[in-house]
Amino acid sequence: MESVPENAPEHCPGTQSELAGKASACEGCPNQGVCSSLPKLGPDPAIEEIRQKLSKVKHKILVLSGKGGVGKSTLTAHLAHALATDESKQIGVLDVDICGPSMPRIMGAEGETVHQSGSGWSPVYVRDNLAMMSIGFLLGSPDDAVIWRGAKKSGMIKQFLRDVDWEELDYLLVDTPPGTSDEHLALIQFLSGAGIDGAVIVTTPQEVSLTDVRKEINFCRKTSLPIIGIVENMSDFICPKCHKSSVIFPPTTGGALKMAETLGEKFLGSLPLDPRIAKCCDEGKSFIEEVPDSPAVTAFMNIVEKVVSYCNEFVKKTEAETGEAMDFS
Amino acid sequence: MNHLSSVKHVIIVLSGKGGVGKSTMAVQITLGLHAAGKKVGLLDVDLCGPSIPKMFNLEGRDIHQCSEGWLPVYVDKEQRLGVMSIGFLLQDLDDAVVWRGPKKNAMIKQFLGDVYWQDLDYLIIDTPPGTSDEHISVMEALRAYNPDGAVLVTTPQAVAVGDVRRELTFCRKTGIPVVGIIENMSGYVCPHCSECTNIFSKGGGKALAQQNNVPFLGSIPIDRHLTLSLDKGENFLESNPGSPALAAINNLVKRFIALDKDLP
Ligand SMILES: Nc1ncnc2c1ncn2[C@@H]1O[C@H](COP(=O)(O)OP(=O)(O)OP(=O)(O)O)[C@@H](O)[C@H]1O
Ligand SMILES: [Mg+2]
Repeated sequence: MESVPENAPEHCPGTQSELAGKASACEGCPNQGVCSSLPKLGPDPAIEEIRQKLSKVKHKILVLSGKGGVGKSTLTAHLAHALATDESKQIGVLDVDICGPSMPRIMGAEGETVHQSGSGWSPVYVRDNLAMMSIGFLLGSPDDAVIWRGAKKSGMIKQFLRDVDWEELDYLLVDTPPGTSDEHLALIQFLSGAGIDGAVIVTTPQEVSLTDVRKEINFCRKTSLPIIGIVENMSDFICPKCHKSSVIFPPTTGGALKMAETLGEKFLGSLPLDPRIAKCCDEGKSFIEEVPDSPAVTAFMNIVEKVVSYCNEFVKKTEAETGEAMDFS
Repeated sequence: MNHLSSVKHVIIVLSGKGGVGKSTMAVQITLGLHAAGKKVGLLDVDLCGPSIPKMFNLEGRDIHQCSEGWLPVYVDKEQRLGVMSIGFLLQDLDDAVVWRGPKKNAMIKQFLGDVYWQDLDYLIIDTPPGTSDEHISVMEALRAYNPDGAVLVTTPQAVAVGDVRRELTFCRKTGIPVVGIIENMSGYVCPHCSECTNIFSKGGGKALAQQNNVPFLGSIPIDRHLTLSLDKGENFLESNPGSPALAAINNLVKRFIALDKDLP
């Protein structure tokens, strides 16, 4: 979609499309003649550039959900913090939520800016071994709205994937906005050369949320994106006063566990709703370090372990299939 | 597009943040206005994650065509509450709508132009989170109809308020008035010890409204009965007398009823 000329009509299929010059939207467009006659360039060269750029990134993981506000960014950030406790590992976080970037705040990096270096953008380091990139770092003020249609968002995501200098990474975690639209298609398209280990899907227990998440799972299947597993967030609430548990978002249809079983996907675990987690996110701190006694931490570390072992298996499997050892040195 | 010219009030429910309760508030406002005797339409322009059919227990219903256009799905016999959503157009409820912007825009144009609402007192529009294709298309199409404006929904914590600040900028840039800000999920009362915990902190929505000189429309507490009602598609306002969120929602609805009175 990045190949849409400035003066194109609204439903321009893009100059590289099979339909270029032939779609109904092309009627009357000044570029119609050129578009229908020019040879198509084939796949976007950026796919290969991105493959090379990310060739030293061992594992790439997407965090997805069909539903908004279920805790994708919280999970991404803390997955990163947890993985980064091993100082020998290098972690990168890419926030592709272009209209609602919350990652800078959750990671305590609000107000940072990125620098342009010779070979691209240098990411912002929140720890020695934890780097991140978000459109939030490119905005002048926290009030700035990014009022962009999809094609422009896809272009930005391409740039993020191609131009950020991560150098060597063990894990690149990608936080996404809710839905199954431009941002998600852009990731699948531009990472098709570099490869994606898989997606972690986040949901809350109630049916209103699961309905949307089933759509997301169908999206993964349609695009052949492997699913690492499903995390249920905000499963129950532990009262800070009486320490008893109660349910805020009732799993009227059996919650994420039942959904995972029905759909034959792996269930990675559930996380309780702990008000101290929300506070840590607001303050840009890691709840793993701030509230180590929270039952959420134990549950969370369990999930991290499962993700790590999936990724190790994934690389082994890929190596076996291709007959080549992946060389990341 | 002349179907919209016989609609008296158009209200758009927006939030920069997902999952803060846009659809929930859109549904409650719609039900409240309906209970007050108004004729109301609810249009769901969340194409990738439509929640409205589920929240009215209308999943699986079909849209019918008449010579004037698409007929909304009616919730009541008197046909005073009509609903339109992409959910009614999908073969399978679990189908993912994997569409890029231009296709979404075309669908929204059809929703705004081709639905035969007939004379409505209110049209409430529920949106997905963000400031992108869906929002730009809705704003562009509505400008000619002089909408009452946007209602912004937030939860109190800073992460959500940050996204809603950007949504205010969006309203300003697209020239749409802001009816006010709703703070949802303000506090939770433990059923065991009655302690009220501000799970998602407190006061962020109100402070944001004050800073930006826009009306604050109220705080709605977290209420599991509300979640349950919506999962089952029940009318929360009728089935939960005395529950904590009910009074707050009724107060909120009054502000919207007043919009109709304020006119000459
Ligand atoms: N005050 C409340 N008390 C309890 N549950 C609530 C409350 N407000 C919303 N919910 C529940 O929270 C969930 C998210 O709400 P909703 O679907 O309305 O959010 P949304 O902003 O429309 O999300 P999306 O961005 O995905 O469209 C729903 O299950 C809803 O029932
Ligand atoms: Mg919604």
